[in-house]
Amino acid sequence: MAELIARTPCAGLLPLAVGGVDLTEESLGALTTLSPRRGQEAALSEALEAAHGMAFPAPNRTTGKAGARAIWFGRGQALLAGPEPDADLARLAALSDQSDAWAVVRLRGAGAVDVLARLVPLDLRAAAFRRGHTARSELAQMMASITRLGADDFQIMVFRSMAATLVGELKTAMEAVAARG
Amino acid sequence: MRIAGNGLLGEARQVAFSFDGRRFTGLEGDTLASALLAGGVRLMGRSFKYHRPRGVLGAGSEEPNALVTIGRGAAREPNMRATVQEIFDGLEASSQNRWPSLGFDLLSLNDLAAPFFGAGFYYKTFMWPKSFWEKVYEPMIRRAAGLGALSGLPNPDRYERAFAFCDLLVIGAGPAGLMAALVAARSGADVILADEDSRMGGRLLAETREIGGQAGHAWAAEVLAELGAMANVRLMTRTTVVGAYDQGTYGALERVGHHRPRHSRALPLECFWRIVARRAVLAAGALERPVAFRDNDRPGIMTAGAVRAYLNRWGVSPGRAVTVFANNDDGHRTARDLVAAGVHVAGVIDSRHDAPLSDAFEVHRGARVCGASGRRGLESITIRSVAGESRVQTDCLGVSGGWNPSLHLSCHMNARPLWRRDIAAFVPAPGAVPGLEPAGACNGAFSTAACLREGAAAARAALADLGRRPAGFDLPQAEDAAYAITPLWAVPGRGRAWLDFQNDVTVKDVRQAAAENFRSVEHMKRYTTQGMATDQGKNSNVSALAVLADATGRGIAETGTTTFRPPYVPVAIAALGAGGQGKGFAPERLTTSHSASVERGAPMIEAGLWYRPGYFPAPGESGWRQSCDREVNMVRGAVGVCDVSTLGKIDIQGPDAGALLDFVYTNRFSTLKAGRVRYGLMLREDGFVMDDGTTARLGETHFLMTTTTAAAGEVMRHLQFVHQCLRPDWDVSIVSVTEQWAQFAIAGPKSRELVNGLLDTPLREGDWPFMACGPVSVLGVGARLFRISFSGEHAYELAVPARFGDSLFRMLLERAAALGGGPYGMEALNVLRIEKGHITHAEIHGRTTACDIGMAGMVSDGKDCIGKTMAGRPGLVDPGRERLVGLKPSGAARQLIAGAHLFAPGGDAVRRNAQGYITSAAFSPTLGHMIALAFLRHGPERIGETVRMVDHLRAIEAECEVVNPVFFDPEGGRVRG
Amino acid sequence: MRISCPICGERDRREFHYRGAALTRPAPDAGEAAWDAYLHLRDNPAGATRELWYHETGCGAWVVVTRNTLTHEMPGCELAAEAAR
Repeated sequence: MAELIARTPCAGLLPLAVGGVDLTEESLGALTTLSPRRGQEAALSEALEAAHGMAFPAPNRTTGKAGARAIWFGRGQALLAGPEPDADLARLAALSDQSDAWAVVRLRGAGAVDVLARLVPLDLRAAAFRRGHTARSELAQMMASITRLGADDFQIMVFRSMAATLVGELKTAMEAVAARG
Repeated sequence: MRIAGNGLLGEARQVAFSFDGRRFTGLEGDTLASALLAGGVRLMGRSFKYHRPRGVLGAGSEEPNALVTIGRGAAREPNMRATVQEIFDGLEASSQNRWPSLGFDLLSLNDLAAPFFGAGFYYKTFMWPKSFWEKVYEPMIRRAAGLGALSGLPNPDRYERAFAFCDLLVIGAGPAGLMAALVAARSGADVILADEDSRMGGRLLAETREIGGQAGHAWAAEVLAELGAMANVRLMTRTTVVGAYDQGTYGALERVGHHRPRHSRALPLECFWRIVARRAVLAAGALERPVAFRDNDRPGIMTAGAVRAYLNRWGVSPGRAVTVFANNDDGHRTARDLVAAGVHVAGVIDSRHDAPLSDAFEVHRGARVCGASGRRGLESITIRSVAGESRVQTDCLGVSGGWNPSLHLSCHMNARPLWRRDIAAFVPAPGAVPGLEPAGACNGAFSTAACLREGAAAARAALADLGRRPAGFDLPQAEDAAYAITPLWAVPGRGRAWLDFQNDVTVKDVRQAAAENFRSVEHMKRYTTQGMATDQGKNSNVSALAVLADATGRGIAETGTTTFRPPYVPVAIAALGAGGQGKGFAPERLTTSHSASVERGAPMIEAGLWYRPGYFPAPGESGWRQSCDREVNMVRGAVGVCDVSTLGKIDIQGPDAGALLDFVYTNRFSTLKAGRVRYGLMLREDGFVMDDGTTARLGETHFLMTTTTAAAGEVMRHLQFVHQCLRPDWDVSIVSVTEQWAQFAIAGPKSRELVNGLLDTPLREGDWPFMACGPVSVLGVGARLFRISFSGEHAYELAVPARFGDSLFRMLLERAAALGGGPYGMEALNVLRIEKGHITHAEIHGRTTACDIGMAGMVSDGKDCIGKTMAGRPGLVDPGRERLVGLKPSGAARQLIAGAHLFAPGGDAVRRNAQGYITSAAFSPTLGHMIALAFLRHGPERIGETVRMVDHLRAIEAECEVVNPVFFDPEGGRVRG
Repeated sequence: MRISCPICGERDRREFHYRGAALTRPAPDAGEAAWDAYLHLRDNPAGATRELWYHETGCGAWVVVTRNTLTHEMPGCELAAEAAR
């Protein structure tokens, strides 16, 4: 019988390594936006903790760990990345499945900060943007979600349709940083 | 000539380069100017207007004269300053604005005609006849008055942009800047130290002064080594901070590739930085100004400070018998340094009667230089004193008329500088740019000790603002001499004395402007073009306004300065727009079916940021019309598949979701049943149509809105505005899910057959009536099915998670082919919708109302909605407005054109008789003739009438019959069947 | 230019979309003059302004920014949803 074949947003585009910086595609599992109903913010955070072991993240922060993470995703919104959302959450929040909506890449290696500084108008200094911090911002005119996973380790998300532009922009910046030596 | 043992280059590597085809050798660390001076070249350029031979005037980025072209072919860069351009192996430089050669320039005839070319010459002369300006005068003037030329080829260089953040930005790495950076860095602040030179140190590299008992340049090197080793410091050489902007944002231009042979395409030529600093110290130093006297532009005449820079930094003496002309003590140091290096000093001419004397050289007290001779290189100067006139043989004259603080950035937010009589210069006004503290020479503090003191103080002030404790610190010892100056701007006398070297503005021009009543400094500037060249008058503006002040009998403070605007140095548009070249112009959004469509040879059409297939050429088809007609017939006769994922999809959830939809749409959605879809019309608050689309109710508190492709972003913004700003208490969430779903329109009489082949539970007759929606399962994958139609056929839209989009699209095409169907593109989609009279943004273009498109009935009476009040304005519901109709050709001419205007038959086709216009036109293969949608005055009342279509651009006319805009299946039997 | 988003903190102006003066929407029956003023009549002050910006590529909040057109100062930025209550 015929079967539908899944394709990832960056299929055929990644991985990529330039200089000391690696760019790979990430597969985070299910992605679900959670928007708490009015007055249910605290209850949702408790339910999230109970079901998935993490609190609802404060602005510009993430909770949880690799494999099951809640990434603050905008005003009154978090992205649950990893597990399928517990059915109970729907009582307290509006849920939207976004598992296929985002291209997720990981930029790692010495110079990753310099690469991002060419594309993102964010203060990425270690003291201002620490491990586990996240931001909604823009990357080369694209709406983006940027999360610091380590000193030279970033997760970058843009809309799926812009995966090729994302990879192209990152590649150009990686090459420019490497060319300076 | 190079002086052995002098300068900071030491045993540097030899570098080979060329100038106007001639080969030269310089040392690594040389600028083009220092290397050419070492090679005995004084003539480096021709002036803008008179083509006067010119040599180098300064030693920094303010250079007005020595502009050259670097490189060749597409990558050639005109107007590069020889004083900034570093040499490297293989560098090719050439002079500009001369023909046939730098030494012999035919257009220097302009110089002989100079008496006619004074200020305002062009304004007065080329006024008539008016038609001559564009075709004759302007090209002629442009050819004669010129800078370097661009290659005219696409720029092959890469430019880069970048962002940086710091606690303290220090602008300039001379003694004040180094001191500020050191104090701040030792106190733990994040510091960026930016300097436009290739080597940091500022004037410490050009002077022989000591700091803390060691040579100034050695102290600078020590400080830089310490700063370079600190993790909280970023040193940015070759980086000019060009502008100060709001909230501590600074623009800076970094020269990345200009100083090296470019082998790698990846290396950018320049990087434009946006630096956000909580505090900044302006330590930009000062620029020396010349004194104007007759023929003071001869090659070999330069600022006295530049002579010291060439001597002390690059080990080059610009002459063998050097003279100095000064009105202050500073100029005397040039003579002392030259004598110490063993260069003959032929005399110091000081306009002050109390000038200090020297054993090492002759000082002419109370004397002035009143002339210079040597057309292509200085040969002698004429000195005038109470004793009369005398001539001195000299091949280099260093001039010092005093120093102008480089306060430009302090004025970028509209502050005006203050005049300080004691130093005869302008200084920054306190608090001119919030968070920016001037220190050192740019603040009028000219001694080394004062620079160190002010640098440290500025850093301490910044640290206090940042809430940091300054580290303990002892200032090193340095010279602290007072700055003694008696102003002298211009030496009176006959002939032309130059102020603005680059734009060829003389003292006489400024006086003439004043005489013709251009007395305001801004008027004088524009009348004479003083300070309007690429150097922006850095050497000359203050002197020019002093001459103007004198001519108008006012003080300098009263006369005031012109406005200092960014950028501080010329910035290429390519650098400002860095990142926007080529594909960087805008992101590309690709659908999941993109690859499959491209494989089938479909040309792509841009729709907003999206790329959508125009048509799918079949073997043997020679043009888009053939493919399009086939695709339309295929949809009407069998089944077609089209990717519609680009339409905006917005999840609207919550108890107040229905209320929000009722408020943003003219019609009601709160009454829609779950599992049903409704068409909605959205207005702007001014009553005009904003967007349209269908919204499905997926559950009690869950709606899914679709928007048009082009307006998706605007609608999202609008929904958030309405919720957050107008109805913040509603419990509703609005989330874009456009990218989650790959959605395909499956249209045509065989659409159900095609869909059923894929659904795990096939649809039965009577299931899924028109405008039904709900979840389905496609080959085991959860999907959504909508029974909606844009083509007017029995049609579905099937949405699957985007990861399966590519696979589903290929499968749909394969199975459609077996049914006599296939994919259709934007062209066919457009024809299908015009046949059905469906509108797009061609019709809802921002000037049409619900009434204009025949949807007045969709504005619900029982509720308020965005735009409702203003839509009721009499002018917006007037039946006489241009309203939507269909048109078909009724005469011999069969062609209808979108954009053509409509007139009454027989009347003149002129604007005041215009009755409307065509918005969409297409050949309908279904009907066998062209059809069009149009807006026509009283349109729907005129069905059956004849109008005249005129396309003035193409000179095409046609007679048309006004018809119902729904050309095909007006009863809608097919869509419901 | 930097805007201090109450949610995200200080951010570059390029993340924001500008709308215009922050005004109160008139009631449907407020009359022609009120609607005309709301839609079309704008002051052009040399001094303090209150205007609406949308943190489009940031958190998606509409914010009311207080800005001085003469001094470039931005003394305030609050969430439009809270200002509207």
